Amino acid sequence: MTALSPTHRPGADGAVVHARGLSKRFGALTAVDAVDFDVAPGEAFGFLGPNGAGKTSTMRMIGCVSPVTEGTLRVLGMDPATAGPRIRARLGVVPQENTLDNELTVAENLLIHGRYFDLPRGLIRQRAAELLDFVQLTERAKDEVEPLSGGMKRRLTIARALINEPDLLLLDEPTTGLDPQARHLLWDRLYRLKQRGVTLVLTTHYMDEAEQLCDRLVVMDRARIVAEGSPRELIDRYVTREVLELRFPAETQAALYTEAVAASEDTEPDVAPLTPHEVEPVSAVVGPYALESGTAGSGRADVRAPDNGPESRWAALDGTTAGETATGVPEGWSAGELRSALEGSSERVEILPDRTLLYTSDGEASAAAVHERGLRPDSVLVRRSTLEDVFLRLTGRRLID
Amino acid sequence: MSAIARPAPSRLPGLHVLEFNVAVYRRNWRGSVFSSFLEPVLFLAAMGVGLGSFVSSGGGTVGGVSYLEFLAPGLLAAQAMQTASGEAAWPILGRVKWDKTYFAMLASPLGVGDLLVGEIIWITLRMAMVCTVFFGVMVAFRAVLSPLGIFAIPAGMLTGIAFAAPIIGYSARLNNDAGFNALFRFVITPLFLFSGTFFPIDQLPAFLQPIAYLTPLWHGVSLTRGLTLGTIEPALAVVNVAVLLGYVAAGLVVARVSLARRLVT
Repeated sequence: MTALSPTHRPGADGAVVHARGLSKRFGALTAVDAVDFDVAPGEAFGFLGPNGAGKTSTMRMIGCVSPVTEGTLRVLGMDPATAGPRIRARLGVVPQENTLDNELTVAENLLIHGRYFDLPRGLIRQRAAELLDFVQLTERAKDEVEPLSGGMKRRLTIARALINEPDLLLLDEPTTGLDPQARHLLWDRLYRLKQRGVTLVLTTHYMDEAEQLCDRLVVMDRARIVAEGSPRELIDRYVTREVLELRFPAETQAALYTEAVAASEDTEPDVAPLTPHEVEPVSAVVGPYALESGTAGSGRADVRAPDNGPESRWAALDGTTAGETATGVPEGWSAGELRSALEGSSERVEILPDRTLLYTSDGEASAAAVHERGLRPDSVLVRRSTLEDVFLRLTGRRLID
Repeated sequence: MSAIARPAPSRLPGLHVLEFNVAVYRRNWRGSVFSSFLEPVLFLAAMGVGLGSFVSSGGGTVGGVSYLEFLAPGLLAAQAMQTASGEAAWPILGRVKWDKTYFAMLASPLGVGDLLVGEIIWITLRMAMVCTVFFGVMVAFRAVLSPLGIFAIPAGMLTGIAFAAPIIGYSARLNNDAGFNALFRFVITPLFLFSGTFFPIDQLPAFLQPIAYLTPLWHGVSLTRGLTLGTIEPALAVVNVAVLLGYVAAGLVVARVSLARRLVT
């Protein structure tokens, strides 16, 4: 597999990508705000963040197709401002949107792209055969690109990005829009590239993708880096080992949510992105609450708080027949008491319109504590914390459009 | 291995963009070759022979030559304009907007200048094909009176590039192809009709004549007609070539700036 044996020649300081105070502004809009990071040779490095966080802008600057507004950027030890073509000769780029030549065949796409790198045709043909085998497209070599499936086009784009045996492969949301089978096949291929020592830099907003592929990652939010580490480190640092998910009956949950929002308005919860130093791993902070119940249409149950107000007691909620089985809460409790009970059972509580998350080192113990206090949620789920919990903790639950 | 894998950069990287164009053309050349042959045949038969015999039946000539001989070189320049404009319109917007081919090219050592060089060389080659075929049809219709007429081919090519260069710049700024309707309806078609192709511009109202002298098509028609009829005046020919080269140079600057603004942000 000569086409896939890279030779690493990073910069003098050893980093394949080195950024200090890197900024990108478009007029008044700051897309990337003074970020620092280093990517080591052979590493799989990820940029995580919601839409508009600045991931693609950062990738385009690394790809030497977007001038740096401010700060230092070195790619393969060179300055993109002065050595753009020399850097790009050693990069492979998988852009967010496919840029394949739809009128040409699969094989022609590889041949033409290889020619942009000034490679001899014979060498390109040899590499193309190997790469098509690698991405399982050999049988489609003579077919036009247009009718291929999304997954096939993505694989072809990756094969094309490897035609110059890049030292650094940039992947901008490599699996967005693909079905699970196609995603897993792509992950497998990217994992093999990593094993062969290719340095990967990728952006994603799929947490499972980041956990699968990235040795190290940074979380970006609103143009800044808000956290950095391995997936495991980030989970250890920002969330507890396990999460207990409780679903109370809809009206109970709605009252609890309303009360929590009211309480948090008194204490001014910190919904701004947390920097690593500001985060207290064990705390009883409740929140954030930026997602209001009325806007919870994105796949969540549309729960509306009852008019009774947060001070109303559970016996009154259900009228005459209120009881444990209907509300899941001992008779006579207020929403504030329920919240206190939940907080007493875990290290941190997050109350959402449709469910309540208890962050805890031992999910079973917390579940038992909840039960002991006489609480009877409709459903109880104990799970390991994931990068998704970290992501939501750091970037909030606001909908970003 | 790596010595083979990373050769010295080629002297003209834009030639790789030309290779892309050739690869695309190889897949759809039949229609384009057919129409570049059919159009001059139809136009010369209908306008030159048909309308021409009607003109000469009244004993009329245009400046001492038959209408066919007058019309044919004008149509050559006009067809160069139309083909070059088309090549600089939809394909360029497609590579910026729909297929995003240019973004793939820029993920290689190629730069914006290389893209422009490659596209201009390609359109120049297309002009060579179109003008050569047109000239061949003219010869078949016995519409070439001077041996100098062979130079109508490069004159037609230059006319085409004078349109292609600025139109590449225009296309690079568009968000959809509605802008091309305006371009062809309000620029290309009026020029086709009123730049001296079908009748001498001294037939135009006096206030329109200076405008016609400013358009690249009038200079292209003046050159090709002077060459095929053998009536070329050196001083005027120098002005014609200078104006066309001026359009090419200004167009290339506009195209370079527009492409960079669109692609390198």
